[in-house]
Order: sequence, then structure tokens, then C-alpha cells
Amino acid sequence: MCARSSSAVAAVAGRFGAYGGRYVPETLVAALEELELAYAAAKRDRKFQRELQEMLVQYAGRPTPLYFAARLTRELGGAKIYLKREDLLHTGAHKINNCIGQALLARRMKKRRIIAETGAGQHGVATATVCALFGFECVVYMGTEDMRRQDLNVFRMRLLGAEVRGVASGSRTLKDAINEAMRDWVTNVRGTHYLLGSVLGAHPYPMMVRDFQSVIGREARKQVMKQAGKLPTAVIACVGGGSNAIGIFHQFIGDQRVQLIGVEAGGRSARIGEHAARFLGEGGAPGVLQGTYSYVLQDEAGQVANTHSVSAGLDYPAIGPEHAGLHDSGRAKYVAASDAEALAACTLLARTEGIIPALESSHAVAELVKRAPRMKKSDVIIVNISGRGDKDIGILRENLRL
Amino acid sequence: MLRFDHKPALVAYVTCGDPDMETTHAIVLAAIDAGADVVELGVPFSDPIADGPVIQRASERALRAGTTLKQVLTLARAVRAARPRSGLIIFSYLNPILRLGVARFCAAAADAGVDGALITDLTVDEAGEYIASMRQRKLATVFLAAPTSPDARLAKIAEASRGFIYAVSRTGVTGTHADVSSDAQALVERIRKFSRLPVAVGFGISTPEQFVDVGKWADAVVVGSAIVERIEKNLGREAAAVAQFIGSLHRHATSTVSSR
Repeated sequence: MCARSSSAVAAVAGRFGAYGGRYVPETLVAALEELELAYAAAKRDRKFQRELQEMLVQYAGRPTPLYFAARLTRELGGAKIYLKREDLLHTGAHKINNCIGQALLARRMKKRRIIAETGAGQHGVATATVCALFGFECVVYMGTEDMRRQDLNVFRMRLLGAEVRGVASGSRTLKDAINEAMRDWVTNVRGTHYLLGSVLGAHPYPMMVRDFQSVIGREARKQVMKQAGKLPTAVIACVGGGSNAIGIFHQFIGDQRVQLIGVEAGGRSARIGEHAARFLGEGGAPGVLQGTYSYVLQDEAGQVANTHSVSAGLDYPAIGPEHAGLHDSGRAKYVAASDAEALAACTLLARTEGIIPALESSHAVAELVKRAPRMKKSDVIIVNISGRGDKDIGILRENLRL
Repeated sequence: MLRFDHKPALVAYVTCGDPDMETTHAIVLAAIDAGADVVELGVPFSDPIADGPVIQRASERALRAGTTLKQVLTLARAVRAARPRSGLIIFSYLNPILRLGVARFCAAAADAGVDGALITDLTVDEAGEYIASMRQRKLATVFLAAPTSPDARLAKIAEASRGFIYAVSRTGVTGTHADVSSDAQALVERIRKFSRLPVAVGFGISTPEQFVDVGKWADAVVVGSAIVERIEKNLGREAAAVAQFIGSLHRHATSTVSSR
């Protein structure tokens, strides 16, 4: 089946092949239906689209450059490397694209209290930012382990006027923050919008967040045609929940010759509990977590496994359902990069191009380092630099002896 | 058997394996003997998004003890053998059931002698295969109805439900609450427009007074977190503590009725 048509079918039913759907307590169904209808209306509304576009340009700083990395290209000695610079956006990562879209939607639905989860803190900061801009009340749930390792972002959120609530249950990371956000939503559902930050959760979130992020791929496709004069051989992006990856992949899905490569967090090893590689590591199998049917790291009894990654934003046991569909259909390939490979790639990009990528995006750069030298000089490769590494300075300092 | 012949009937929830399976077995028998008409055997899950802190903690303890869905089904069989007439429901999140396989779960549940199941994060919209498998095994499919469910959804829920309908008393997670919201009674009245099944009201009911109040307009009352909390606080004498608590609910109900 052609990938483009299957994704159109999926959009109607909230399914991507077998994956997706809406697996939530009954209390939330009405709110998800309301959101689905409101989004469908906004999508058709020219005024909404115009306002979204204007804010992406004037406030977030779009379009972001597609930057030809000449020194890195020479250094790796293979394909021509282009970097999609989402790290240059306001707040420092692609997360703002989705937050602006959902904030406009929340205003349309007359919901003035916003809740969100965050792992690395980038989505939390982007949410706190749009809430400040729109005058919304903002509560961000964050695992206490993530608050420790991303403490700069905790302070940024508080500076922006958001309340950050630490979550000390489970592994104290992104998964637990989502659990707590869902508990808040189920309690305050009538006046609250849950501003979910990735292509996860129950329908319509995976479709809606993908739509808001697909601006990345629309720009990149136009830019690469103009600058390189042809389509890329490969597009590489890191995949936690998978919003930056879906965002850049989506416009290329119909271009069958363009390889789409998602990079999962390989962590310390492939043993269960030591990685966050849903397709590649031990323990990944289809299941339901937090509202959606997708690949989930779990044990034999269906209990969700612990994960590990040096990057808080990739440290999550499930993956967006559209990625599960792209994986099973073979349209996208998924690989893993270890903590050590990501740290090395971060250093390499910093020293060849003067760009410090986020540890999440460093996983994509790590795959580039493996792949580019094996490709022809006439090949073009795009890497999505989904965020900048300022937030990771503390972790980088712990891990790199400079 | 799911029978609600006196009012209000009591549906008692326990998290299985907290603190261990042997104790759960004793707790369940004691609860039945003290007057629980239906027992919900809760399967602990790593990510209980619909539960408040009490059941979250119980689930963590049960998982640390290594509790699995298969063990819960084994427990169900033992309870059924010991108490042939009591109502028994498996109460779970979806993923442990998916991992076992929906058809295999239904076969194993029927074989163990339970009356039905309730899956917290499975709504009627996604339940086609599950409903078909459960019907084939003559097992009751209990679904949740919420104050936020519009009438059109209540009609679907009524059609898909067997055994009883579980009305969620308020928006929120499980856990005790000072008052039962007025949402709950309105919801029960709306459900009755679409179904003749008994309606059990749950979420937040913890005191004898609430039990009696809710019993005036619902067929059954679900008590969960309040029982789980007694298990947590009475280490070593869990079954006796639960029996005593259930006894206090029923005694209050009887005395209120006779004093009227």
C-alpha cells in the first residue's frame, strides 16, 4: 500500500496501520472528542491557519535555515550534509511549533488552564512560554529525576510563570510525568486543556501534533530542492515519542526513494532497562500505554519496563503510533545510538560547525557519523537538529572530561 | 454470580498481590464472608493512570512482590472453589490482558470461574474483539460510565455492558473524597434511561454514611481505596481489618433502614 494513502486513511480513524486509537478511561472520551472536533474545524478555518502561520514566523522565528555543513561534510568524507536548524527557534527546540498550535486551539475551546508533561524540559519551557503569551494558567509535570538533570529548564519554566510539579513515582521520568498529567486531566477535564508534547497519547493527539510539526518537513523539502537541486537520499531524526522525526519525515513519505531514518536511544546496552529502543532493544512489543497502541518496552506480563538514556527527552518506553506503522510497513528504518555515541557526536558537531546540539538531536548526529562516510559525494543527507544543547551543559560537563 | 438482590449491594475492590497473593486470598474470602456481594480482583499495573495515590502504592507493592495477571486468574479459581456463589470480576488495565492475548484471557477467565471483567482504559469504541470473546465465554463485560459521558455514549455503554454498569461518581482518579458529588446521582438517573442493568457507583466512597446515602439511589456501591488503605495500615491482620470495615458498612446500612 502506498504510504501516503494509508496515512490519509489513518487520519480518519486515528489509526496508523494497526496502531494508534484511543485507550483511555471513559471520563476523558468526551474531552478527546471535543478536541478532535475543534481541531478539525480549526484545520479548515483560514483565519486560524493564518494566525498560526503568522505566529510561527513572527514569534517562533520560522522558517529555520537548512544549513549546509561544509566542514562536517569534509570531515566525514561522504554525503553532502544539511542540518535543519530547529535549534534556532524561540525556546531552543521544535517543541514551540506544536505549542503555538495547541495554544491557539485551547483559546478557541475557551480552556484557560493548561497542563503539560515534560522530559528534557523543552516541551515544558515551550508550554510555559505560550501560556505566558496567552495569559493561561500553566502546570507542568516533570519527573524528579528529570528535574535534577535538567534543572536549568525547571528554573526557566518558573521564570515564565509556570508551576512545575515534581513527580516522584515510578522511574521519575517522562512516562511518570505523563501519568500524572493524565490524572490531572481526568480530574479537571472540564476546564483544562492537556497540551501533550509529542505524537503520543490517544487520538487525535498523534495526528494533530504531527500536523503542527510537519512544517519542519514542508520547509526542508522546499529548501533542499532549492539549495541542493534534488531530494535527499536520507533524512535522519532522533525518536523519543517521535514528534520532531514525524515532523520532518511527513512531507517526504510520498517520495519513496528518500530513506527515512529514526534514531532511538540505545542507552548503555540492549538489555531491558538499559535503553529506550522500542524497535531494537530487548523488551519491545506492541501494547497500550497512555492512550495509544504502539510498540512499548515491557516484560512478559505486560508491565511497562524502565528505560535509560543520557537524554531525558528520549528516555521513554513507548513510541508514537505513526512510527510503529512506518516501522511495520518498512517505509522508515529505525536504528539506535548509544549514550557514548551521542556524546561523541555532540562534541564533533560543536567542534566542526560551532553548533552544540541537544543530547536528543545528538543521537541523530551519531547515526549521521556512521552513515555519511559510506555514501556517495553526490548523495544529500538531512539531519534534523531538533534542539540546542544549552540545557544539557550540566550533563555534558559530568560526562566529558575537557 | 453477579446478584444484586439486596440494596445497596457492596462491590469490594482489592489490589491482588498486596502484600502477597496468600494474604489477598484470605482478604477476599473474609470480604465475601463479611458481606461483599461482588469482589473486583484488581490486577496491578505499572502505570495506573486512573488511580490515586492509595491504589498506586498498592500496585507498586504488588508488582514488587512479582504479581502477574496469570497469578490473579489462579487466585480467582481458588476463590471460586471456596465461595461458589459470590460475584467475581477481574479488574485490570488493558496492557497485561493484551500481552496474554484477549482470546486467551477470556478462555482463562471463564475457566477460572469468574463472572466478568472491567478494563479501565478500554472504552466501548475500542472493545469489539474483547466483547465478542467475552460473549463467547458467557462472561460479563462491565464498562465505566462517567459524568462527562453524553447520552449518546451512555446508550452505547448500556448496549455493550453485561452484569452491571459501573458509574464513576466524579471526574477524577480513584481515592477517598469527603463528599459524593451531585454529578453521581444525575449520572445514575441518565444511565437508567438506557439500561435495566444494576448500576454500581464508585470512586471516592469510603464511609458508612456515604455507603448508605449512595445506596438510596444506586443498586450497588463500589468501595476500593478505603479497603486498600485498610490493608496498607493493618499489616499482619489485613483480612480481619477488611472484614471489620465491611461489617461496619453493612451494620450502618441495617441500622439506618431499621431506624426509619
